[in-house]
Amino acid sequence: MSRRPEAAVLTAPGTNRDPDACLALELAGANPVVIPVASLLDVRSRLSDSDMIVIPGGFSYADALGAGRLFATELDHVLGDHLSVAAADRRPVIGICNGFQTLVRLGIWTREGYRLALGHNADGVFTCEWVNLVPDPMTRCIWTDGLEGEVACPVAHGEGRVVCDDATASALMETGRVALRYVRNPNGSRGDIAGLTDATGFILGLMPHPENHVVSRQHPGFRRGIGGGLGLRIFENGVRHAGR
Amino acid sequence: MTAVHCLMVVVRGDDPRGHALLSDAHAMGYASLQSVTISDLIFFQGSLGSNLHSDLEAILVDPLLQSSTWFRSAGLEDVTSLMVESVLHAGVTDAVAEQLLRVARRKGWPVHGVVTGRRIELRGEIPHGLRETLIRRLMVNPVIEHWVVDSLVEPVFAQGASEPIDVADKGVLTENPLPSVSTATKAIHANQAVHLPVRTDADLDALNRARGMALDPAELDAVRSYYAGRGGVAPDIELEMIAQTWSEHCAHKTFRARITTTTGDEIAPLLDQLRRATAQIDARYVVSAFVGNAGILQFTPGTTFAVKCETHNHPSAIEPFGGANTGVGGVIRDVLGASHRPIACTDILCFGPADTSDALLPDGVIHPRRVRSGVVAGIADYGNKIGLPTLAGAVLYDPGYVANPLVFAGCIGMAKSPYVAEGPLPGDRIVVLGGATGRDGIRGATFSSATMDATTGDVAGASVQIGDPITEKLLVDLLADGRHLYRSITDCGAGGLSSAIGEMAEGIGAEVDLDQLPMKYPGLAPWEVWLSEAQERMVVATADPEPLHQACESLGIHCTDIGAFTGTGRLVVRSSGHPIVDIDTGFLHDGRPTRQMVAKLPQPNRIGAFAGAPHLSEGGLSSSTSLDAMNVAEFETILLELLAHPNIACKAPVIRRYDHEIRGATLVRPLVGEPIGGHIIGHADGTVIAEPLAPHGIALGIGVNPWFGMTDPERMGQSVVDEAVRNVVACGGDPDQIALLDNFSWGDPRREETLGDLVATVAGACEAAVAFGAPFVSGKDSLNNEYLGADGGRHAVPPTLVITAVAHVPEASRTITPDLKSAGNALLVVGMTPVAFGGSHIALVRDIAPSSAPPFDQSAPARYRRLHAAIRDGLVVSCHDISEGGLAVALAEMAIAGNLGFDAPTPPPTFRADASDPQRGAAALEVLFGEGNGRFVVEVEQRHVVAFVARMSGDATVIGAVVTGEIARFPVFGEDGMAIPVAALRQAWIGRP
Repeated sequence: MSRRPEAAVLTAPGTNRDPDACLALELAGANPVVIPVASLLDVRSRLSDSDMIVIPGGFSYADALGAGRLFATELDHVLGDHLSVAAADRRPVIGICNGFQTLVRLGIWTREGYRLALGHNADGVFTCEWVNLVPDPMTRCIWTDGLEGEVACPVAHGEGRVVCDDATASALMETGRVALRYVRNPNGSRGDIAGLTDATGFILGLMPHPENHVVSRQHPGFRRGIGGGLGLRIFENGVRHAGR
Repeated sequence: MTAVHCLMVVVRGDDPRGHALLSDAHAMGYASLQSVTISDLIFFQGSLGSNLHSDLEAILVDPLLQSSTWFRSAGLEDVTSLMVESVLHAGVTDAVAEQLLRVARRKGWPVHGVVTGRRIELRGEIPHGLRETLIRRLMVNPVIEHWVVDSLVEPVFAQGASEPIDVADKGVLTENPLPSVSTATKAIHANQAVHLPVRTDADLDALNRARGMALDPAELDAVRSYYAGRGGVAPDIELEMIAQTWSEHCAHKTFRARITTTTGDEIAPLLDQLRRATAQIDARYVVSAFVGNAGILQFTPGTTFAVKCETHNHPSAIEPFGGANTGVGGVIRDVLGASHRPIACTDILCFGPADTSDALLPDGVIHPRRVRSGVVAGIADYGNKIGLPTLAGAVLYDPGYVANPLVFAGCIGMAKSPYVAEGPLPGDRIVVLGGATGRDGIRGATFSSATMDATTGDVAGASVQIGDPITEKLLVDLLADGRHLYRSITDCGAGGLSSAIGEMAEGIGAEVDLDQLPMKYPGLAPWEVWLSEAQERMVVATADPEPLHQACESLGIHCTDIGAFTGTGRLVVRSSGHPIVDIDTGFLHDGRPTRQMVAKLPQPNRIGAFAGAPHLSEGGLSSSTSLDAMNVAEFETILLELLAHPNIACKAPVIRRYDHEIRGATLVRPLVGEPIGGHIIGHADGTVIAEPLAPHGIALGIGVNPWFGMTDPERMGQSVVDEAVRNVVACGGDPDQIALLDNFSWGDPRREETLGDLVATVAGACEAAVAFGAPFVSGKDSLNNEYLGADGGRHAVPPTLVITAVAHVPEASRTITPDLKSAGNALLVVGMTPVAFGGSHIALVRDIAPSSAPPFDQSAPARYRRLHAAIRDGLVVSCHDISEGGLAVALAEMAIAGNLGFDAPTPPPTFRADASDPQRGAAALEVLFGEGNGRFVVEVEQRHVVAFVARMSGDATVIGAVVTGEIARFPVFGEDGMAIPVAALRQAWIGRP
């Protein structure tokens, strides 16, 4: 029997969906290990040994100064471009919600020439509700590779609107960077973008929470006979590629 | 001398904060206001070169979203109608400032202090005399910030200040003085207690007033006797500590009082009545009731739940965001203090009507709209950031809450191991964990036990503060799985360390040294340190603090050993080597004389309410005074008005602001049903939490109905217990495994009528709890929710009892929701109980003469057991309890949530509505809008109808069926009777097409 891939789950003070991400990773066949960013300097080698890297949701540093900004500053300080190196090394990286905000602030896409940001939701308030996501057919993202149909899961954020100009939006589309789109846009995101991948296809940053749909009864339509679209499949994809 | 730099950041494009302020301003009648710009101000103290300027901008400004400048004085000549700059008072929690300082330290930047503020610019016409009102009503809150108009505000730096900061003496820079803690504090030398004479009535009376101690004459007498043997003088800090410990908030004096009625009858102390009900029920799943920080339940082996609900009314009235915010933080700490991991929050909110006229607001009262937006934002901020789902709740509106909004915040915790309560032992160290201590929240317990008046917001500034959910999250991470790190634990709530350590030291004694405590800033008097209600702190007793220190260090949590429990029975506190407290814990906890109180019991109208048509007053229900002449259209209008009533209307926009998905364990959500335009909008009755892989879970239900209370307090007590129980049964909770939390928010109980209402309510609640076999396990009373207006008038809240029911859900797979599921299914009414109009919602929208509130239904417990068995057997696909607005509203809500119509031609048999009835108008009114206890609407598949009706022993009757069409046909006026498109119902309910 093959070894369960080890997933490094990076947390900062205020990260709060790490238990949800860990459950999803366990069910998908990985062995999650939570690593607080404060201890990263000591365990850097351990991060290099991990098979995949997960930045879960939450309010790192209370979202002070803007979502993900201080987590990114911290990660930049201790990791440099480790995440891009990991992706180039074919190790899957996923940033969910606050993790996505952190990846954006870390410059994953800016370094590839795409000027984009995650701004306040169009209606100006935090919103929590279920959405449906469709994988973009153009994408080479390994996390959404081969997904059949839609993914159903909740969003729970106040700053999730992808902001960029038209040229950037088309470029993201044409280069397969858009991994997931909203069927119905909850936050005014440009081009209905819910999730983005990088040049390698090994990084996925997304606002919604597929880790909150890992068993079928979690779907809000469960009692109305509506279901399917497990978010768990995204993690199964990541774990499968981590095992290679 | 280091310079002060200010970075001003402006959002590009639309700023939602500006929009919100503008719409509030328009709603309050400032119609000619055109636009609002809000800019963030971040002040830095230090030698900042241009390189550091760009480094800071790189962190603080996203050029795609924001623009910024270091020269905010430029462009001031551009005409705005009004510009207000504000900064937070020193010592008010400021997460941005703290995080920036942390980054600066980490990067070695020469930044010594950070203060944040705001510039608000308004454009458009503002009537000159209304500028000050507009500023105070909408733009600033003197409790937490100071401001200047049309000029540049100067920040006050607290961190790194070398001079002791005396809040009372600062503020010369500002137009409004900073709040003074108390003029008495100025006399206090920083390190010593001051001894005050307590020999005469005049001494005590003066102290009681000057220090806001809120003690009554008998209590002051006990204080005098205690100190008579000590030279007739008392250290100020001991007096403050006694005032906190003996406050209504901490000591529940009214609930422990000896009460006689005006007719001379003795009433058992209210707390004893509640405890006796619990003892009589003797439920095996109750591990701990009315002890410690929370009630503890065990429904299945290996898992316990801690449950608690608190009020945070007074703080929320004067600073809605901070008050609600710290209310949530406080109740989460209660659960931590019961050694459980918090898993969910609840919130029940009572506000004045959003359309309250500005002119009707008492002086010093914040407009209900602003209270509401602040409270909702405060709850969302804390719950979302700490990572807990906010699951069950209610939002109520009544003019009685204009001056005294109510905020009930609850928390549920879970633990794996059996809970064993174990007091501290002599020799155990006393360790304080979490946030630093500042001058925040001082005297919260006495403050919340006193009547508010127009100056409360100004003088009680120190009683409120902003929470820091991230620090508390770290405490959760430390403590939730850290049972091995301590022997006993309690949270720092009202009264601060004085309460927390005072309670732990009861009967054992302790020695404490305040010098080691981490401070937010220097200059606090010892009594302020001892009483500070700085948030996010816990106190633990441990034989060996070393493992605790290590665990705290790895998480970055302050951990301070400040003394030990002794076994002497005395509580001794030292500051700078001087003993400043040396008090007998026996006197502190048992020295308070029992209160003697008199209650005038209410005499509710219980005649003639159920035996016929309701009484209508002149010019009443319709243009005609005759009900019989009423036509279908008028009933339709009433239904649509009820659906649009703020108490009944859709709450989805508020509920979506709370994360109810985190942890993945929300099995029945607060919003249920078919998405409409992508949004699920239907309301659940109860909500269910079940861990993603667990076979069972727990259900949460809320009961609250102050309108019944205004009509008949005893029946309110019965009815809200019934409603809470009904709500958990409706979603799959087991009626034989329910525990209750009781939260009373009341006016001043020293008024005989007010106490009489309370006595009657407790009696009603206990009767219903015993009938259901649902024990009370924890509660909280918040009395004196009154506002003394500048006009001398008293504004008390309506009698408000909130019951939270927590039920075992034996099968997570057999939970149900109220939304209609499929066409063809039968609709049944369960429970043929009498209805009434006293305290009903139709009485809120139509002029109906006062009559009784509905009686308790003694057959409800048996009915709920049968219904639960049917739900577990899979016979029921939807279930909705019938409450506010009666059967018509319940049916409409099910149709809206499921986006399906229904055809329900048959009224339940107890009603008298048929076409031949000459009273058909009155009968229809009763069928549609009468409110009663113990009733549900259920949806059952046709193949199960016979089995279901048999199972319910004749207590269920088919009224119609679900249909695919978009029409809802109600059981009145026969075949061609009342039929309304579901879309019209929905439009009324959500307030827009």
